[in-house]
Amino acid sequence: MLKRLFPHPYLSLTLVILWLLLVNDATLGTLILAGVLATLVPLLTQSWWPGRPRIRHPLGLLAYAAIVLWDVIIANFQVAWIILFMPAARIRSAWVVVPLDLTSPEAISLLAGTITMTPGTLTADFSSNGRVLLIHALHAPDPNAVRDAIKTRYEARLKRIME
Amino acid sequence: MTALAEYAIAALLILGGLFGLIGSFGLLKLRDPMQRLHAPTKATTIGVGAALIAAALDMVLLGQGITWQSVLVAAFLFLTAPLSALFLAKTHLLRTIARKDLPKTGTGGDWATFRAKPQK
Amino acid sequence: MIVDYALTFALVAFGLALVLNLIRLVTAPTLTDRILAVDTMTVNVIALIVLYGLRSGSSLNGEAALLFALTGFVSTVAFCKYLLRGSIIE
Repeated sequence: MLKRLFPHPYLSLTLVILWLLLVNDATLGTLILAGVLATLVPLLTQSWWPGRPRIRHPLGLLAYAAIVLWDVIIANFQVAWIILFMPAARIRSAWVVVPLDLTSPEAISLLAGTITMTPGTLTADFSSNGRVLLIHALHAPDPNAVRDAIKTRYEARLKRIME
Repeated sequence: MTALAEYAIAALLILGGLFGLIGSFGLLKLRDPMQRLHAPTKATTIGVGAALIAAALDMVLLGQGITWQSVLVAAFLFLTAPLSALFLAKTHLLRTIARKDLPKTGTGGDWATFRAKPQK
Repeated sequence: MIVDYALTFALVAFGLALVLNLIRLVTAPTLTDRILAVDTMTVNVIALIVLYGLRSGSSLNGEAALLFALTGFVSTVAFCKYLLRGSIIE
């Protein structure tokens, strides 16, 4: 019964927090409206999201977010340096093909988003069976090193957290 | 304490402005269409994110209470930037990149962009 | 005091970024570059709105920035979807 009413508990929780932040106060009326939204929205959108993501270690997800945020800040300076000072002819762009070990769609989209936000790499496409990512690297003299870095630094962690 | 916070906010603002400018400059400078995708999706997002966080901190400092909306906007931009980048990249693949320049998938199938349209 | 100077710098920087985007929009070699330029413009405008709100001391600009973020993202995806599949909602 509870499972039927809240098909996505994490989504419901996110919606409550989001609504409270959006309205910017925490009176009883806002809380009730947030509760109504958190019940209705997952129910109405259920048919587009049949599965339920499994998060084995919610704390691990927080640690992962911290790592990604740190990488984003550090590597943004590298991209800024490339844009500002590297002559256009010397930038070695490359396509990188990354076969995935992850299977759940949520984990794969999380990995794809991470790759795009980490500067220097950008998820450009995925294969039609959804098991291989096509990545464009802004400046990668050694494309294989980029692939290995993605697999060890991000994918292994995500696999531990989500699957 | 207040002086320290002011320095932090000022640093965030300057950093944000610089990254926003670098992102837009990269859009003009880089030559390859795929390279141009890199600059705005990252540098600009980081720049705007820094500016938004600085705005939220400054509101606290001015004693107006924290306005969560700018934090929300920053989070929203951070979450949507990869998606718009993915869609733009797929459009590039379809319209401007030669098929022979792309690597193979290694699975036998093609990349998802070139999949046939669903039958109506 | 120092925050005021930094604020002016950031406003000028994002304004300049907007001008660069406009140049790119006019001189873009491909259609996709044009969409990218418009997308970057929305993001820069969000920064300008929030920073202007900071300068004028009003907290009403948060909603405007949020709306810009939402519509900017949806319009970018809709443009790309149209170019990719020939229709937006399949």
